[in-house]
Amino acid sequence: MRDFFDEMHGADGATRTAYDVVAGWLAETRPQTLEAKRQEAERLFRRIGITFAVYTEGGDTERLIPFDIIPRVIDAGEWATLERGLVQRVTALNRFLADCYGPREFVRAGKITDAHIDSHPAYCALMKGVSTPGGVYTHIAGIDLVRTGASDFYVLEDNCRTPSGVSYMLENRSVMTRLFPELLRRAGVAPISRYPQDLLHTLHSVAPADDEAPCAVVLTPGQFNSAYYEHSFLADEMGVELVEGIDLVVRDKKVFMRTTDGLRRVHVIYRRIDDDFLDPLAFRADSVLGVPGLMEAYREGNVALANAPGAGLADDKAIYALVPEMIRFFLGEEPLLHNVPTWDCANEGALAYVLDHLEELVVKETRGSGGYGMLIGPRSTKAARSAFAKKLRESPANYVAQPTLALSTCPTFIGRNTTARHVDLRPFVLYGAHGVRIVPGGLTRVALSQGSLVVNSSQGGGTKDTWVLSAPLNGSK
Amino acid sequence: MMLARAADTLFWLSRYMERMDNIARLIEAAQSMAGVLSEVEEWRSALMAAGAVELYDAVQQDVTPEAAATFLGCGATNPSSILNCITQARINARAMRTMLTRDMWEAVNQGWLDARAIGAEEFAPARLLDTLDWARTLSTRFLGAYETTMLRNEIYWFTRLGTALERADNTARILDVKYHLLLPRDSSGIGGMLDYYQWTSVLRAVSAVRSYQWVYRQEVRPWNVAELLMLRPEMPRSLRSCYDTITQCLDELSKIHGGKRGECHRIAGAVAAKLRFARIEDIFQAGLHEQLTEHIGQTSVLGDHIANLYMR
Repeated sequence: MRDFFDEMHGADGATRTAYDVVAGWLAETRPQTLEAKRQEAERLFRRIGITFAVYTEGGDTERLIPFDIIPRVIDAGEWATLERGLVQRVTALNRFLADCYGPREFVRAGKITDAHIDSHPAYCALMKGVSTPGGVYTHIAGIDLVRTGASDFYVLEDNCRTPSGVSYMLENRSVMTRLFPELLRRAGVAPISRYPQDLLHTLHSVAPADDEAPCAVVLTPGQFNSAYYEHSFLADEMGVELVEGIDLVVRDKKVFMRTTDGLRRVHVIYRRIDDDFLDPLAFRADSVLGVPGLMEAYREGNVALANAPGAGLADDKAIYALVPEMIRFFLGEEPLLHNVPTWDCANEGALAYVLDHLEELVVKETRGSGGYGMLIGPRSTKAARSAFAKKLRESPANYVAQPTLALSTCPTFIGRNTTARHVDLRPFVLYGAHGVRIVPGGLTRVALSQGSLVVNSSQGGGTKDTWVLSAPLNGSK
Repeated sequence: MMLARAADTLFWLSRYMERMDNIARLIEAAQSMAGVLSEVEEWRSALMAAGAVELYDAVQQDVTPEAAATFLGCGATNPSSILNCITQARINARAMRTMLTRDMWEAVNQGWLDARAIGAEEFAPARLLDTLDWARTLSTRFLGAYETTMLRNEIYWFTRLGTALERADNTARILDVKYHLLLPRDSSGIGGMLDYYQWTSVLRAVSAVRSYQWVYRQEVRPWNVAELLMLRPEMPRSLRSCYDTITQCLDELSKIHGGKRGECHRIAGAVAAKLRFARIEDIFQAGLHEQLTEHIGQTSVLGDHIANLYMR
């Protein structure tokens, strides 16, 4: 028996139906041809200029994220299940956030404490009692999923702050379409190109009423931000302005942008800067990225911010553990997507268990992201484990632990061979005043080193195109 | 309607691409005087025209051809070096990626990718001319890219305005550091061999040696050189041509903005009218240097007023 579920070969080694077209293509294509296509893909990405900056490195900060030309395939039935689960989960998260900044019924029901919410760094006290336009907190959410078996998907984490990666999802598809148009057609891949229009629709749905047509903008920290390419890509695809803080000004509690023709009213800001930097009058006074007076305009209901300030509260890994309970509490439904069992080290019993089982667990900072500051027990050295145990004892509330999941693998072109590598999936969920939209698929990230389970691009991960098949399969393997 | 900052960024993108081209021409003109008596003077005036002479003196004792060429090409403390121009242009282009056509972006991005492999050795005598060709080709590719691919909308007029304003400034600077060569020593205007080389070097700095022959069909005379570079409408680097373009761009922008005009329109119109009706003998009479200094000052003030009206 294999240790890991392989998405192409399944448990028994036979090609799973969803991969029929891909497997046929791999069988008939010589490695030299694949290598030539891989190089062509790299040239295309470099020409487009889609790059990613890695903070901790000096010198050449613009790098390409490695792209694997073998697609990852999900069949229509699997996707339909995931989609229902994602809608349910994101709906519950928005209800939870509205409750945290509102009546706190979840606290009254004993599911969480006031202190846990109030002391959280991502909790935004200014949002207390503010009703967000349309009741929406996470206009854009990225939900990280992993697969461990034919029908076992787990949510690894929720990204409700400012999830990134959607430009890679879209560019990966456009490069694949250019390199292998026939293959996509034969496989019957569901298109994803409507994402920018869906995003614009979602943003417009929360715009304050005004005589003018709503004007949405993308707010970026600037071109030295690691995700700048994505900011400019999305602004361009939506046909809206890409602005920086200095382009916006607040007059009479309304937001305007400075144009060559004077000031123009702005109704919705898709902001890709952190809460702390949004408004030097409300948050960090030293921020030069934000707009003085923005929060006041927001609280007056004269401008919508996506995502809402304080939405990052839901990204906390201890709050993550409560999501199944949120779904039952707010929606009265059973969760459709599994959570990974999570030990919250703030809890003494849990801490003792985690310290005893470090070798088999993954330990993460509750507030960490990007794969930084985590311990992967089974792949760690004894020295690393004892150093980590010390940190754990010092501040247990900063950590949660989870079992090491047997992440599924997908065929990946490495060197001149096709070999199995671990993958995850980040679908992007658009939650507007008039409902939820999800384009089929998401960003598949792949750990390129053999055996590695870390897929983050900041840690050497790559990406793949994600194919959701549009036609249901007749019985899948 | 576009973001004020976007207009500013595009304006500076095209200024840096144009500046790179002018610096490359300056180096090439100075280099062509190799072996001539006044070689060091040539390099010194190239540094002056590039506005880099004080920065150069801060890091170098003497002017030598190699050190001057390297400083103009890639001097670490020289903000107008060829390499810094392409770097700044790329920063501006990247900030406004979505406003550029693909051809424009690819010209700038490819230039920047090439530039990352270029170091001081590419400005040494053996490789210098190839490197200058690269810089000029890059600038020409950028100009061609935007002329042939951009919609004639606001974005285009700000881009073209940047090119024209930078070029007006550069031509005036080149003339100003050489003006003493053009002052008549006797009424015949026929100089010695050295004069001939020096007058020609002024033309070479703006790639106008052939143009001179086409326009005047006589040997190089200093007042003709001045007229060609200041007043001739058919000479694309003359002050007159540059200001005709500047007023055209500003008029188009005014049309787009419902007829709104500002101080920049008035200044540009006044300078353009003066250049249109001036005679070169009057300019010499009034003092070539004084006229050029005034012109450089007006162009700088014009830049400020353009920024005031559109870019803040």
